[in-house]
Amino acid sequence: MTAAHEPGHMLVVDDNRVNRLLLTHHLQQMGHTTETAENGREALDKLHSSEFDLMLLDIEMPVMNGYQTLEACRDDPELRELRVIMTSSLDELDSVVKCIEMGAEDYLVKPLNPILLKARVNASLEKKRLRDQQKRWFRTFATEEVADELMRNGFALGGKTVDATVMFADIRSFTTLSETHDPAVIHEMLNGYFSLMFGAIHERGGLVSQLLGDGFMAVFGAPIPRENHRELAVRAGLDMLVRLDEFNRRQEEQGGTRIRIGIGIASGPMIAGYTGSQERAIYTCIGDTVNLAARIEEYTKVAKRPLIIGRHARAGLPADMHIESLGEVVFKGKQQAVEVFAVG
Amino acid sequence: MTSVIHHATYDSLKQMVGAGFIGELVSTFLEDAPHMLDELRAALYANDAETFRRAAHSMKTNAATFGATELAELAKALEMFGRSNNLREVGNLLDALHEAYENAASELKGLQV
Repeated sequence: MTAAHEPGHMLVVDDNRVNRLLLTHHLQQMGHTTETAENGREALDKLHSSEFDLMLLDIEMPVMNGYQTLEACRDDPELRELRVIMTSSLDELDSVVKCIEMGAEDYLVKPLNPILLKARVNASLEKKRLRDQQKRWFRTFATEEVADELMRNGFALGGKTVDATVMFADIRSFTTLSETHDPAVIHEMLNGYFSLMFGAIHERGGLVSQLLGDGFMAVFGAPIPRENHRELAVRAGLDMLVRLDEFNRRQEEQGGTRIRIGIGIASGPMIAGYTGSQERAIYTCIGDTVNLAARIEEYTKVAKRPLIIGRHARAGLPADMHIESLGEVVFKGKQQAVEVFAVG
Repeated sequence: MTSVIHHATYDSLKQMVGAGFIGELVSTFLEDAPHMLDELRAALYANDAETFRRAAHSMKTNAATFGATELAELAKALEMFGRSNNLREVGNLLDALHEAYENAASELKGLQV
């Protein structure tokens, strides 16, 4: 729990000067930096002009009281996630309950006990740090929009049927330009490759849901529904191929390794949601559509085309895209033949 | 004169914040409390229960911080009259609060030397 002792930036809101001085003094003694406000209105101004880790909020104040301040924070997308600890007197416990129901995290009774203050402030900062860390982690796998959606809805396990598009991408082969096969070099090269590919996915609103060795799976149209998920996925695929060309050109210049990839895309109904346990869960999709995308990706090897899509994905594409039918294919485990198309 | 400050409370505050800082807190209180008393009286005449309640609440919290027990209790009683919008019942309680404040203030000042 060493992280809990890292200093934070605190906003102390109280109309009473003695209370502000005392609270500020305690927080500064703990190593935190502080700003103060005399009422909710002033607090909101400060919250909009700089970033705080925690607000300590009095209930009884003129101009704008603690309830109104909490309410304003909850209604403001920028302030919704601000952590708030109420400071109240012992006979205001009913009010404190109301504040906690409105989203305040904890409370402290005045006159303040500095040991309790320290414990609650540190617990709150620690929670904020964990959440920030979780958010950063999400953002390496998804767009900010998707990450926010995931953060809001939490980790409820279970899925729902959605109409969406799935993409599988895999490295077909490493073509060696030099004799270097240092694992560290390969590792660095893979990281460079992934960050380019994920960038292309994120820019089209997709979510990278799984990494499978040198391949990955991405979802478009879930968890946030998008009317044009087919087109977004195919355009992301085309962007990936353009970026891969650039990547290979750079590899060549540096005497490194070129790579080729295969991309398979399929659209249709699938079950999307969190899979796993409460401790470790991923957002992913399952179902026939997902299996089909994986089979199509494997088929890029046979067809020798880098980007192949299924019939339902084809149905959603604008007329200006260059699409060529590769005929019907019977995939392993499927009864019926499926028409597939090469794009680009 | 008998003591009106609960010394255990005062001493533990002093120990927590140091002798220098408690002096600053006390002088801030002695500066602000007369305004709270004025505000209480004005709110009583104007029958403004909301302002009355808030001023009494502020006085109560500060008095409790310094261990001025009687002052805190009187302020709490006044806060209740404000809360129930019943300022007519205040009677001479505000005078009693004033007196309790004067006693607490002089003892707090004495503790600073």
